[in-house]
Amino acid sequence: MNEDVKRCECCAEEPTEEELLERLDAVIEDYRGKPGALIPVLQLAQGIFGYLPEVALKHIARRLGKPYSEVAGVVGFYSFFTTVPRGEHLVRVCLGTACYVRGGVQVLDALKKELDIDIGGTTDDRRFSLAIGRCFGACGLAPVIMVDEDVHHRVKPKRVNEILAQYAGEPALAERSA
Amino acid sequence: MPTLTIDDIKVEVPEGTSVLQAARQAGVNIPTLCYLEDVQAIGACRVCLVEVEGARTLVASCTQPATEGMVVKTNTGKVRAGRRTVVELLLSEHDGDCKVCPRSADCELRTLAEELGIGELTYTGEKTRRFVDDSTPALVRDTGKCISCRRCVTVCNEVQGVGALFAQDRGFDTLIGPAFGSPLDDVVCVQCGQCAAVCPVGAITERNQIDEVWAALEDPTKTVVVQTAPAIRAALGECFGYPPGTLVTGKMVAALRRMGFDAVFDTDFAADLTIMEEGTELLERLKRALVDGEPVVLPQFSSCSPGWINYMEHFNPDMLANLSTCKSPQQMFGAISKTYYADKIGVRPEDMVVVSVMPCTAKKFEAARPEMTASGVRDVDIVLTTRELGAMITQAGIDFRALPDEKMDAPLGISTGAADIFANTGGVMEAALRTVWEIVTETPFPFPDLHVEPIEGLEGVKTASIKVQGARGEWSFLEGVDLKVAVAHGLGNAQKVIDQIRDGEAEYHFVEVMTCPGGCIGGGGQPRFTTDEVRKARMQAIFKEDEGRELRKSHENPAVRALYEEYLGAPCGELSHDLLHTHYFEHERV
Repeated sequence: MNEDVKRCECCAEEPTEEELLERLDAVIEDYRGKPGALIPVLQLAQGIFGYLPEVALKHIARRLGKPYSEVAGVVGFYSFFTTVPRGEHLVRVCLGTACYVRGGVQVLDALKKELDIDIGGTTDDRRFSLAIGRCFGACGLAPVIMVDEDVHHRVKPKRVNEILAQYAGEPALAERSA
Repeated sequence: MPTLTIDDIKVEVPEGTSVLQAARQAGVNIPTLCYLEDVQAIGACRVCLVEVEGARTLVASCTQPATEGMVVKTNTGKVRAGRRTVVELLLSEHDGDCKVCPRSADCELRTLAEELGIGELTYTGEKTRRFVDDSTPALVRDTGKCISCRRCVTVCNEVQGVGALFAQDRGFDTLIGPAFGSPLDDVVCVQCGQCAAVCPVGAITERNQIDEVWAALEDPTKTVVVQTAPAIRAALGECFGYPPGTLVTGKMVAALRRMGFDAVFDTDFAADLTIMEEGTELLERLKRALVDGEPVVLPQFSSCSPGWINYMEHFNPDMLANLSTCKSPQQMFGAISKTYYADKIGVRPEDMVVVSVMPCTAKKFEAARPEMTASGVRDVDIVLTTRELGAMITQAGIDFRALPDEKMDAPLGISTGAADIFANTGGVMEAALRTVWEIVTETPFPFPDLHVEPIEGLEGVKTASIKVQGARGEWSFLEGVDLKVAVAHGLGNAQKVIDQIRDGEAEYHFVEVMTCPGGCIGGGGQPRFTTDEVRKARMQAIFKEDEGRELRKSHENPAVRALYEEYLGAPCGELSHDLLHTHYFEHERV
């Protein structure tokens, strides 16, 4: 285990896949038989695992009695869902119209350079993932980025390193949203 | 009952009818690419555009309900221009070469482009992402040709309940296929080919094996025999302009002989053999259950349809013991051909090539199963679909319509009417009942014209209960027993029967399942396009073939009797077990 990565206080070890699947089962049980269950279950599963691994998707397909092709189709349709592991913190750069014209692309470029990853990528130390978003509803404060649930406004490309530094010791995304 | 006007024709239609259906009722043709009668009306392709008085834009007639007083125009400049634009846009993305596409002769997109008078491609731009999935022995997918009509998705999910295909990704990147771009071989696909049967273009087709057959025919060291499934004779004619339901048995035999096969045989022979084995297996199961009180698995499920076998292995592995252990007629034929017959003519099994002509794509998969090698080598070497045989006859330069009627060769071309009806949903059951009844009672099968009406026709699940009267000898334990049978076609319907059995809602002794709607006459390898009307016509032709026979019960087949006397011994005996029976495997469900 990587000693640099700080874990939540209540448990010393990272939960095993089995434990995560058990948590997923509890979620599925709440939704089973309800119409439109697939999307909320996927959303909560992503919260539990931090992303949507094959084992979780197949589990969901089996338990909800849905074809795996359909589950995959829904995952592929919504940009919110990801099948690759994300870092502890998700950095989303708004490229909606207002942010775009006020320098969102330059902010994005600065983040790519600072983190040394591309869109959809995760840093080698699994601390940060980078994604783009389409409007967070804060157009008056453009350009905007979100790190996890926090909105940072009027971001300047030169100062993205200061924002990132704030998340040096925060707990992981997966643990927070679970 | 709304009344509307379509192109100045007044038409009264039932509540809930779409404008498209109303137009068809009025005799007005509206072109479509994604519509499937009774299966899919989703307005995906936008080709069925019409003008509705008072509507702001052109509307898709397949999803537009017909309402009282509606005035519809289907042939205005606006409509023609709209449809043309839609098809031009589809063509602009379509990554296919019509000159060499296997679908060019009956491609719905190409035909429509011609009908709409599209002479030149107006739009150029990015093409649909193309990759070819030839991972299975049965089917080949070419995503570049796909127009995302979703017919295959609906058939795979709603009709068959398999769900191997779905729309993946979104927008321009949308690809119809298995999860995360997996090849078909890696997913739950049962290879029934119903997707290929409904595809309007060349995006899903059978794996073409015509050249393999030509190579075998030209190899002087090989004895090449051919078997044709019962359903071929009622559909092959459609490849040569005959209307659906035209029987072309004699011409088919003549064509195969002219192509150079050393013997032209009939899967019908093996269907009669199947009845002897499967009927005996059923009687043995019943005896063990009712007399010996053994914990025998009932009902017995038929096992002729390889898509159904694949489905059971993936979706109901807990009920594999219900499946009859009998191989399908195709595989029984292969095994007998390369042992009994090869021995008769003094040919080693490795020097014999068995070619099948099947209405089916899953048969290609079945023939390639590693356990189908009872003769020591692969029992069935090459499987052609009806469509491939049609194409092969054309390649050979044979004028099919001018051919005389010829007869199948002996001994493996000798058969009865009971084998013919294997092509229709309910047919295997009826054939089995004809024989089982006569074995048990030694009296003639008491149904008018030998047909068990409740299990015929296109109803999804059909049932019958037959009281055994006059049971004799070792079968007297069946006296007074109500023999309960069920027949399902289309895997979605089959699952309904399975669920009923599992939940204890229904009890049957014998269940027949055919993978494809209508049975083999509606198989994934049959000439396109198969509608219910076409299914009915082919089914009638099959009944006509059966009714025109002197022998209509499998146990009366003299060649099958001789096979038992000379070679096999008794049905379900030791040699039968080795050659004609098989076992099944559990596969991953997701």
